[in-house]
Parts: sequence; C-alpha cells; structure tokens
Amino acid sequence: MNLLTVSGSPHIHGDNSIKKIMYGVVFAMIPAILVSIYFFGLDAVKVLLISVIACMFFEWAIQKYLIKGPLTINDGSAMVTGILLAFNVPGNLPVWIIIIGAFVSIGIAKMSFGGLGKNPFNPALVGRVFLLISFPVQMTSWPKPNPLFAGKVLDAITGPTPLGNLKGELRGGRTVQDILEHGTKMIVDGKEVLYKIPDYVQELLGNMGGSLGEISAVALIIGAIYMLCRRIITWQIPVAYLGSVIVFTGILWLIDPNIYINPLFHLVTGGLMLGVFFMATDMVSTPMSPKGQLIFGLGCGVITVIIRVWGAYPEGVSFAILIMNAFAPLINKGFKPKRFGETLKI
Amino acid sequence: MKTFKLGGVHPAENKLSNNSPIQVLPIPKQVFIPVSQSLGAPSKPVVNKGDQVKVGQLIAKGEAFISSNIHSSVSGKVLKIDNITDQTDYPKQAIFINVEGDEWDENIDKSDKVKREITLSKDEIIRKIHEMGIVGLGGAAFPSHVKLMVPKGKKANLLIINGVECEPYLTSDYRLMLEKGEEILIGTTILMKGLGVNKAFIGIENNKPDAIKHLTDLAKDFEGIEVFSLKVKYPQGGEKQLIKALTNREVPSGKLPVEVGCVVNNVGTAFAVYEAVQKNKPLFERVVTVTGKSLKNPSNFLVRIGTHSSELVEKAGGLPDDTGKIISGGPMMGKALNMIDVPIVKGSSGVLLIEDSETERMAVKNCIRCANCISVCPMGLEPVLLAQYSEKEMFENAEKEHILDCMECGSCQYTCPSGRPLLDYIRLGKFKVGEIIRNRGKK
Repeated sequence: MNLLTVSGSPHIHGDNSIKKIMYGVVFAMIPAILVSIYFFGLDAVKVLLISVIACMFFEWAIQKYLIKGPLTINDGSAMVTGILLAFNVPGNLPVWIIIIGAFVSIGIAKMSFGGLGKNPFNPALVGRVFLLISFPVQMTSWPKPNPLFAGKVLDAITGPTPLGNLKGELRGGRTVQDILEHGTKMIVDGKEVLYKIPDYVQELLGNMGGSLGEISAVALIIGAIYMLCRRIITWQIPVAYLGSVIVFTGILWLIDPNIYINPLFHLVTGGLMLGVFFMATDMVSTPMSPKGQLIFGLGCGVITVIIRVWGAYPEGVSFAILIMNAFAPLINKGFKPKRFGETLKI
Repeated sequence: MKTFKLGGVHPAENKLSNNSPIQVLPIPKQVFIPVSQSLGAPSKPVVNKGDQVKVGQLIAKGEAFISSNIHSSVSGKVLKIDNITDQTDYPKQAIFINVEGDEWDENIDKSDKVKREITLSKDEIIRKIHEMGIVGLGGAAFPSHVKLMVPKGKKANLLIINGVECEPYLTSDYRLMLEKGEEILIGTTILMKGLGVNKAFIGIENNKPDAIKHLTDLAKDFEGIEVFSLKVKYPQGGEKQLIKALTNREVPSGKLPVEVGCVVNNVGTAFAVYEAVQKNKPLFERVVTVTGKSLKNPSNFLVRIGTHSSELVEKAGGLPDDTGKIISGGPMMGKALNMIDVPIVKGSSGVLLIEDSETERMAVKNCIRCANCISVCPMGLEPVLLAQYSEKEMFENAEKEHILDCMECGSCQYTCPSGRPLLDYIRLGKFKVGEIIRNRGKK
C-alpha cells in the first residue's frame, strides 16, 4: 500500500482560489470594457491591450529577473491591474505614457512591496495618480465619446468632463442652473463650440467625456452586482461610500443649490462608480472587518466630496481611496469583528 | 428557519452511507482497549494479565473527578497490558483481550424490549451514568456524569440534544435517530431528570428531514421535548453554535454552556444513557460510520470498543487502492491516522478514507487579505491575524486576540483562496498560549 498522508484538519478545501477571484473581477469588468469600446472605438482597444500586456510583462520580468521567485503571472491579478489602469486614463493617451503607468503600478506600487497581497495601496490608482501629476496635459485631454455606428463627424476631437466643466465655470462665478441650461462656449482646436453637460440618462449610459472605464454607471453596476453575488466584494464599502457621498452632497445642495449641484450628478459623473465598486473594494488594500469596511467607505466618500467641491482637482475619487488605503492598517487595529460571546447574552 | 448567525461554511455533504442501516460488526479475535478514552485523567486498570473477563465487566476505573470507567467489550482472556498507538498518535496504555465466545455480564438486560418507565432518582441516575462509563459520543468524549453535576451558583434550565451531525460524510447519528428514536427520547428524559430540568430541545439540520419527522412524531408522547429543524451550516454541531441557533443565548468567552443555563449532549450519548440506566449496559459499543468516495460499501456499524479500524474497512469492501489518507472522525475536524490499525474508542464517530487525488493540499500563496476567513469564523475571530501572530511567535498578542476561543472547526482554512495553513498555525499558537498561561499560574 502507498504511504498515508498525515496532516492537520480540515482535510477538505472549498473551491475558492485567487485565480477564481481575479478572473471573476475581470469578468465583472466586461460590460464596462464593451461600453468603452462602443464610445471610444479602437482607441479603447489599444489602451486596454497595451496596459494589460505592459502590466503582465513587468510582473513577469520582475519576478523572473529581479526576485527570481515563483512566477504568478497567470493568477490574473496583473490583468486586473492592467484593465483598471486603462479604465483610469483617457482613451487618447500616448502609448509610452501608458507603459510608464504600468511600470509604476506593477513595479513600484505592487512588486516592490512583495507582490500580490503585500501592497498597501491600490496599484492601478498609484499608477493613475502618478501619471496625473507627471503628465497633467495628456491625462486631462478627454476625447469626446463617438459612438460606433453613429456615422457622425464630430465638431471637435476632445472635450471636457462634466465635473471639470462644472468646477471651472463655478469658479468663474456662474450658477449651477446657468451652466446646466445654457452650456459653455469654449475654444477647442481653434474652433468655437458650445459644450453642454449631458443629461442624466446619457451620463448613466456613459455618453460623456471621461476616462475609459468610468463613463458608464450602468455597466459598472452590472459588474458590481455580479461580484456581490459571487461574494468577491462585500456590500459594506460600496454602501458606506455611496451613502456618505449622497448625504454630504445632499446637505450642501440643500444649503445652496446655486453653488452646489445635486447628489445625483455626483453619483453618475466622474470616476465615482468605478472607484466605489472596483477600486475601493480591492481586498488587499482595504480593511478586513465589516465595521472597518464601513469606516473605510465613509472616509472615502467624505474625502471625495471635499476634493470635488473645494479641492484643486475636479475629481477626488483616486486621492480619496489612496488616502484611506493608508489608514487601512490602523482601521484594522481599531475596528475588530464582533466576537462570539463578547457580551453575556441570556 | 433557525441557525447561528456568525460565520459558518457549507461544505459538500457527501453523506454516502445515509441509506445503510446500522449493521452489527462481527466480534473480532482480539481487542485493544485504551485506558484513556475520555477527556481528563486516564483510568486505572483493575484486571491483570491472564484474567478472564466478561462483556461489560469493569476493567479500568476512573478515579479522578473528570475521568470515566472502562468496561470490557468482549469476553475472553486478558493477554497483556501494554502501550499501543491510538488515533492521537501518542503511545497509550491499553488492555489487550483475546476473545473467547460472547458471554455477557449477567446484570445486563439483553432484551430488545423498550423500557420507558424511569425508576431511578436524580442522584441514582448520575451515579449510574458514572458507573457505566458514559462519555460524550459526539467526539470530545467528555464524561457525561460531570456535565450533569451543575457547579454551585449556576442553574441549568434547558437540556439540548445535538442531532446536527454537521460534519460531511458522517451518518452514525442520523441512522441512530431513525432506528433508535424512542430510546433516544427516553435517554433524553433520563438526562432531563438527572439534570433537574423540565425542558429539552433536540436540534437536527434540515438535510435529515426523515429524522426530524420521526423524532417530532415520537416526541408527542414525551413531556417537555421539542424537536427543531435547523438550516444546514457548518459548524452547527459546535456546542456554542447550537445553543446560539436554538436559544439565541451566547456562551461567554472561556465559559461553559451552563453559564447560560444550557447543557448539551449528543443523540448518541442520549442513547447510551438509555442503555446504561434502563438496561444496565455499560458503554462498550457504539455506531461508527465507515465511508469514503472509493470505498465499495460505505456503512454504519455497531462496533465493540477496541476493534481495529481495519476490520470495519474490510467489512465495508476493503481498503481501496487509491487511499491517500485515513481519518478518524469527519473531514473538517477529524484526525489523520498514520496507520489503519488503531482501535475504535468511545469518541470515534467515523473512519473516513480520502482518495489520493483529494489528499494533497493546494499550494500556499500570499494572503490577499480577502477577509473570507474572518467572515466565516463562527467565533468572530480574525484567523489571518492569529495565524500571523503564531507564525511570528507573538503569542501574547495572539492571547489578547482571543486565540483560545478558537474551537478548531477549520472553516477559515477550508475557505482560504490562497490555501494558507491557518489552522495549523492557530493550533500551534493555542498550544503555546496554554503553556504561557500555565507558567503564569506557577509564579
């Protein structure tokens, strides 16, 4: 007879694995990928492919030649980072900048800490913020969405994002009402054009300027529902994040609707949905207990609104999540799960 | 439907031997009866080499408060008293008996007639249970008479009978409930009397609907016994989880169930109590499930204590060629054996054969902090943190994070996507923390 294996219990294992989780996230991003291709065409395909390939290449090269450890390239995590990085940049970003972003994401934010599971910050967001600060012009020139099969020749190639337009005009002293109704005259590529912030339905579907993956709230929510059902993410962070954004912007809106726009606008524009469901829920860089996750979501929401309303940048999701990432270890220490039998209950 | 709230997992049930009625296993030629089969101090042998013994005769006496009597499971001649390796893998003193015939002690009532009338008083019941060497048959083998003696200042008001059998593969409790339902209920009534309570809950998971129906029907004739159907969730058979599921009471950390007025006993124990009190029969045989995906006939056997596991496997169709692991107990909490020739003891609930292909653990990867281990922990602990503290030998920190509350159900390791050996480390940590606490007491 063959030798018997002796090991501690349990002797069976569920079918959960890193691969299943990571490819589950990739699957959940498919609707948003399709929307980005629909609105930005081949540009979107190009950015996505380059970002994914570059991220996977850097992870492989670092593991093979620097760390000389086991290769984990097929666990899917580099692919997730690659897609998320592409989701966070404009569709017309030059190839070399994408590659730099991939290097910062994988090389600096992930592998230098020890690879998957060890990074304190979300790698894709570190890459994005690095690019935003280093290449502000390229990172904020947003291609206008040009739906496939629409056959329409655009009056301009680039245009503003709703959030960016709103913030700029509010600073100029106009009221929210005025900006939404009359639009903004601006000079793009030497021509004068009228830019009008799209209505909420268009914004929900994604027909607005912005980074590749952030535009369609509907597509992102479909992916999020899938991840919730597969239990890849938990409800705590998204609910706390969205809830605090709604409450905070709602209070401001009630105080003065001329200066502060309504919560619905905040929900469907910018990178909020992408951030809430795909970045703030990253397992590695967020707190572990349900209570801690609520605190984390709350903090993200508050910081996002502060940056959006009073900060220098029109969008604050990336910064908010990165700042809260830094607090994750502290939150883990301070907010423990409820222990069984903690309090006498008869 | 009732269940416990915090954590839990749902492993594949694999109850292969569900439809196999309890068969009496032929008496082996030789038995090996370890003298320490329950929690607490080992018992002291009261027979010598060459003595003739009968079935049910006392052969080792439990002298400490927490220890139990051990009776011969066969008739024959004591060959020797020597060390053997039992399922714990440590050498233990055991009494070797060569079997000659099957002559029972004359005080034992061998008839099949169900005896309902309970004539003994509360104290006599406890004394009887002690004398007959009854221990918890759910696995931990805690002496049953000790459980019935409620510590001063505490008061029990509810007896809970555990018919959950949440471990995958195991079916011995299920078969017992189907085939010996009335006896179990009489045993329950005896335990209620011994404990001095007038209420008992029987908890059964709803993957055993026929057992629930059978016991519910029978319970109509018994005063104070209620049967509850529970939602299937592992580890519902854990004492604290079962109490929580049935009564919503939470046993405080480091305390016994009686703190919240409950005492929990297994259905197998209730049956053994019935036999001890009504039939004068010591605990010398029990129902054991023999199972495995490659095994020819997964079965439930009534086995004499001290029988080698190999005899059960032989009767169930022989050891399959692809056996990679042999487990005493269930797959979640059972112990892997390093040889098949270990004796069945009072705490043995099953012998499980795992095939080669399922033996190997998955490769260990980095923790991705998914927090699955935290969300499935039924005690509300942070397994990932406890394992890290143990790995880094920071045992004081592990103690502060309640490592001793861990009951080693294995849900964390079962669910870990990185295949990390969480429970291995936590077990090490628990052992070290126990040592630290004992040393503290000495100072």
